[in-house]
Amino acid sequence: MIGNKQIITIKGTREGLSLHMDDACSFEDLLKELEEKLAANRIDSADHLVGVHIQLGNRYLYKEQEEILCKMITSKQRLKIESIHSDVITKQAANEWKEEAEVKAVSRVVRSGQVLEVKGDLLLLGDVNPGGCVTATGNIFVMGNLLGIAHAGKDGNADAVIAASYMNPTQLRIADYISRAPDHETDGVYMECGHIDDEQEKIIIDRLQAVIRKRPGISSFERRMLNG
Amino acid sequence: MGEAIVITSGKGGVGKTTTSANLGTALALMEKKVCLIDTDIGLRNLDVVMGLENRIIYDIIDVIVGRCALKQALIKDKRFDHLYLLPAAQTSDKTDLTPDGMEKIVAELKPEFDYIIIDCPAGIEQGYKNAVAGADKAIVVTTPEKPSVRDADRIIGLLEQEDIEPPKLIVNRIRNHMVQEGDMLEVDEIVQVLSIDLLGIVADDDEVIKASNHGEPVAFHPNTKASIAYRNIARRILGESVPLMSFESEKGMFSRLKKLFSKSK
Repeated sequence: MIGNKQIITIKGTREGLSLHMDDACSFEDLLKELEEKLAANRIDSADHLVGVHIQLGNRYLYKEQEEILCKMITSKQRLKIESIHSDVITKQAANEWKEEAEVKAVSRVVRSGQVLEVKGDLLLLGDVNPGGCVTATGNIFVMGNLLGIAHAGKDGNADAVIAASYMNPTQLRIADYISRAPDHETDGVYMECGHIDDEQEKIIIDRLQAVIRKRPGISSFERRMLNG
Repeated sequence: MGEAIVITSGKGGVGKTTTSANLGTALALMEKKVCLIDTDIGLRNLDVVMGLENRIIYDIIDVIVGRCALKQALIKDKRFDHLYLLPAAQTSDKTDLTPDGMEKIVAELKPEFDYIIIDCPAGIEQGYKNAVAGADKAIVVTTPEKPSVRDADRIIGLLEQEDIEPPKLIVNRIRNHMVQEGDMLEVDEIVQVLSIDLLGIVADDDEVIKASNHGEPVAFHPNTKASIAYRNIARRILGESVPLMSFESEKGMFSRLKKLFSKSK
């Protein structure tokens, strides 16, 4: 059937072991050979954990299959899975990916008590009133007055930014950072942008132009691919 | 063990939230540990009156559905270390709040605080039932207007069916000149109709509106009429006997002089 062709080829790289798995055979065959390979090469238990990068080629693994595979590799040897790379994804995942990468344009006023949630970037043509809330997994751009709460990078993307034509928000949230308005009344700022400052580890508001320099990849597709 | 007091009125716009914020502040001024609870889901205001809106991360619904611990949702006041606010949810589904959930929260707060002040939403539906659920005492707020008194009467009737002490009355927004000209109900008249104990009267004071807009309860600033009234009410809650404020007319040379002298004393 497959003859002598190896299903699994192991290569040593600087980053650790690279396991190339043939994508034409059945998953059962793959597991069988993997088990044999793992049993053949005993590594001393005193050794450090070795990182493993798995290359699946054109094979798609279900969650359960992935778990079985990972369990087999980590239980038999002192190995740890660094990455699993497959050339294929499901349509659903692709759609989600696309959604994450899109800029959603919405034109309305988000009033007190309303929540506007989007995947990807939000471009709001309108205001966010006090008590209103906008969230996005990506960046938030408000062409209007941002007076309520804005939460960018909701799923943890700390590179996300929040920009508004006029900014006097109750709270800005990026990933799991929160900043709130000062207690004294302020006038707000025009054309500025909130982002996480890496040095101060908090959300700061700066001129739009300055933030573009700090986040050069703000609009590029590659960034989205990486984050996807 | 603390005491839970619900502030209610039936009618909207008579000053429940203002009263809650100011009584909380006045009690905190007297070194009491106070927790304010806003139960007006979807139309929360207490946080705005207290000037704490920008600090809200979790709210009462988050506590009830278990998204956070009660301690995480409590917001410490910026003026007092022993005054806290549990904010209402603005966006969540209000059906998540139940009398049972409310009772649990109040029971959890009671050992920690001297007073728990529950700001009730307007109306007599679910929101009212939730707010009343955990309370030991009730304060009914009314204004010297017929519709407001009518609704207060309705609420008192409902409160009598609950397992709590007989409610006390606060008459809010009294405009002295209108009462004198007979265009507004007199306090005595209101007390007679409602036949419950009067806890205090509060004059209609522009400072209250100013304070709300600045997110600082008027009771925090001394020397305004409303502030003194709220402080007096707080003292009465603590058991002191404080005479009611008089609303004598400020017109006329004589009374002005009298006021001047009484101030300098």
